[in-house]
Order: sequence, then structure tokens, then C-alpha cells
Amino acid sequence: MLENYIPILVFLTISTGLGAVLLILGWILGPQAPDAEKNSPYECGFEAFEDSRMKFDVRYYLVAILFIIFDLEIAFLFPWAVALGDIGLFGFIAMMIFLAVLVVGFIYEWKKGALEWE
Amino acid sequence: MTEFFTAQWEALPSWMQTVLVSTLQIGILLLVLILAVAYYTYAERRVIGAMQGRMGPNRVGPWGLLQPFADVIKLLLKEIIFPTNANRFLFIIAPILSIAPAFAAWAVIPFEDGMVIADINAGLLYLLALTSLSVYGVILAGWASNSKYALLGAMRSAAQIVSYEIAMGFALVGVLMAAGSLNLNDIVLRQEGSIMHWFWLPLFPLFIVYLVSGVAETNRAPFDVPEGESEIVAGFHVEYSGTGFAVFFLAEYANMILISALTALFFFGGYLGPFQGVPGLEDTFLGEDSILWFGLKTAFFMFCFLWFRATFPRYRYDQIMRLGWKVFIPVTIVWIVVLGGLILGEVGPWFSGEW
Repeated sequence: MLENYIPILVFLTISTGLGAVLLILGWILGPQAPDAEKNSPYECGFEAFEDSRMKFDVRYYLVAILFIIFDLEIAFLFPWAVALGDIGLFGFIAMMIFLAVLVVGFIYEWKKGALEWE
Repeated sequence: MTEFFTAQWEALPSWMQTVLVSTLQIGILLLVLILAVAYYTYAERRVIGAMQGRMGPNRVGPWGLLQPFADVIKLLLKEIIFPTNANRFLFIIAPILSIAPAFAAWAVIPFEDGMVIADINAGLLYLLALTSLSVYGVILAGWASNSKYALLGAMRSAAQIVSYEIAMGFALVGVLMAAGSLNLNDIVLRQEGSIMHWFWLPLFPLFIVYLVSGVAETNRAPFDVPEGESEIVAGFHVEYSGTGFAVFFLAEYANMILISALTALFFFGGYLGPFQGVPGLEDTFLGEDSILWFGLKTAFFMFCFLWFRATFPRYRYDQIMRLGWKVFIPVTIVWIVVLGGLILGEVGPWFSGEW
């Protein structure tokens, strides 16, 4: 059973290694001539005005929170979807109640304008 | 000589044999994939060139066929720049984090019946996990670069990827309900019968949602605002040069090929031949299941990616978010409920008996 997962571990190692090897190759083959102007962060030719790690719109944060809720929901739906044939009507109704609760929350967000971007 | 090697081989513990065999398989697969990515970039420039009445690259080698290699060599020989105040560790980790899942996801893809590197039961779950990982690469790259453009690009990109991932996940739930298994080979075999049994027909809305979300997930045109070159130059990887950039580029194209392959697997019967159940053609080589069909279907969706890019103007960011949250998520939720009802009630031509 677990034996089937060995190739996955090998694959993850190899593909991580591949990325690392490419970066190292570039490091070895490319020239190394850093200077202050070249290394300054890109800002259309200006001197950097302020720290680049600036404040950003709170909406991104909101999207991240909504994502967590819905992604958990998907993780919860996966086993249900596979087992739907076995659990029958009872399982279906149970999930529908759960989905209904989620949809009520979704409608609330929508009406509150959490999904608007202007 | 042969006996010596056979004896040596049998003396190895079984996990070691698995490791060696899968290393070999992975090596071959990666070689093919990297070549596919290289020629996909070439095909993109040629195809879009042709669609816009231009030539595209045609100088390096016959018909420009050596262009990808010229690009690779150029990128290898470029200096890797670390911007001032960049977080060096995260700056290096980010491209690796975006390429590793793009390749490793191929471990569970069945190329033909039983021809798969890791035949695991949780294949789809593994895929979902790995495709979710790519957002870390984007956000780390943007944050570590210490550049405003990169940060803004990363924020947009991450929010977009994350939004469309939900729609994609819901579409996959629909596929799961129809197939009743997380194993990708089982999902393909469940579509056996004829072209009408493939999931694109019974799951048509989910197929559209999946395809469009796939384009948005990979930040391709018409959803490429994260790197919209007219405003924030190149988005999250603006500070990367040389191989750092090449790795991001590789990851993006590998992800496009992956999404195409997954669309072919989930909705178009993967390696199943399209002439199954067609009298006369069924018994010829056209009716057989083969890796060629899988390749053809994948190639078609890969071509669609290029086609979309040449055809559609870029969406505005608020339109993208609206499409993801207000159209796709409601559509998929409704369709999952409908599908559940149809499966339980065994209604409709495609839902009878078999499930």
C-alpha cells in the first residue's frame, strides 16, 4: 500500500532537485558583476521612494479568508463525492444541509459587498 | 554478465528496486516533459505569429526549430541578480517551489491503462494538493523581491489563483461524483463506452468551468493581469533574471501542459479512443486505447491556450474576480446539487444504472 507512494517521494525529490540544479547552473555559468544600480529594485528608473513592502488592499486578505472556508469545504466534499453511491439519500441530505448553511454565508458576503472590486 | 546483474538486482531490498525503477521512469518522463515545454514555447510564438499574420522565430535552425535551445543557452549565461534588501533565501526557494509541484504532479497521470508512475488511490487529492502549492512560489517571489511591482503582481496573482482554485475544486468534486473514485485510471475507465460517455457531456458546465479556471490558474491570457506588462511590467517575477526567470517560465508552461492533460483525463476520456462503439471503426487501430489519443487530446487543449491568447483581449481585474466568485462558484455549487440528485435518482440517459 505505502509502497505505491515511494515513486511520489522520488518524483518530488527529483523535481525539487531539478529546480535547484538549474539555479546552480545559472549561478556557475553566468557572470557575477553586481553593482548598486543594477541591484536596486525595479521602479521605472526612479530611485526607490520608500520601502517596497507596503500596505496593500484589505480585499486580498478577505479573499484569502474566503478561500480557506471554501477550500475546506472542497476537502470535505471529496470523500463525500467518492462515497455518494454507498451513503445514499441520507448522506445526500446531510451534505445538502451543510451546503445550504455555506450558501447562506456566501449570499451574506455577496450582499455585504465582500466580492466587489472597484 | 547478465546473471551477475540479475543476482545483484534481486539482492536489493524491494523498496530500493522501486526507487531505482521509478527514478528511471521519472527521468524519461521529465526529459519528454522538458522537451515538450521547450517546443511549446516555440509553438506558441509560431502559432500566435501565424494568427497575427507574422512569421514568428524562423532564424535559428531550419524553420527556427532550434530557437528553444538558443533561449535556454542565453538564459543560462545571464547573471542572476539579487535585488538589494531581497530576502535571499526566499528569493531562491520561490522558483523551486513553483517548478517542483508542476512536474511532480505528473506522477499520478495515467498515460495508458496501467502506465502510470505512482498508481495511488488518492491520485486526485494529490493533484489538488500539488496544484495548490504553486501559489506559494508566486507569493514568496513577490514578497522576497523587495520591489513594488513584484509585490503588487504577487498579490493579484495569488488572489486570482486562489479564487479560481475554488471553482476548479468544485468542478473536480463533480468529476468525483460521476466517477466514484479518486484514482485517475479509474476515472478514465469509468468514461469507457463511446464519445458520448466521456464526462464532457454529462458534466458539460463543469467542463467549461474547469477549462476557463485552468486558464486563469496558470495566469494566461485573457486572465494575465498579474503580469499585465502594460502596468506592472511582469508581475511577481520582475526581479528575476537568468535561470531564476527560466525556472518560473518552465513552471508556467509545465502547468499549462498539466492542465491540458488533466482536462483530457477528466472530461475527454484520457487515453480512450474516440471511435469506441462506432461500428466499422471500432475494431481498427482507431478504436483502440492508446497513449497517442491522450497526447492528441492534450495537444488540442494546449493549442486552445495559445488560441485564447491570440483571440481574447485582457480582462479587467474586477471582471476576473467577478467571474470567479459570482459566476463560477454558484454555477458549480448548483451543478453539484443537481448531479447528486440525478445520481441518486438514476435519472437521464447518462446516469442510469452504471453508477
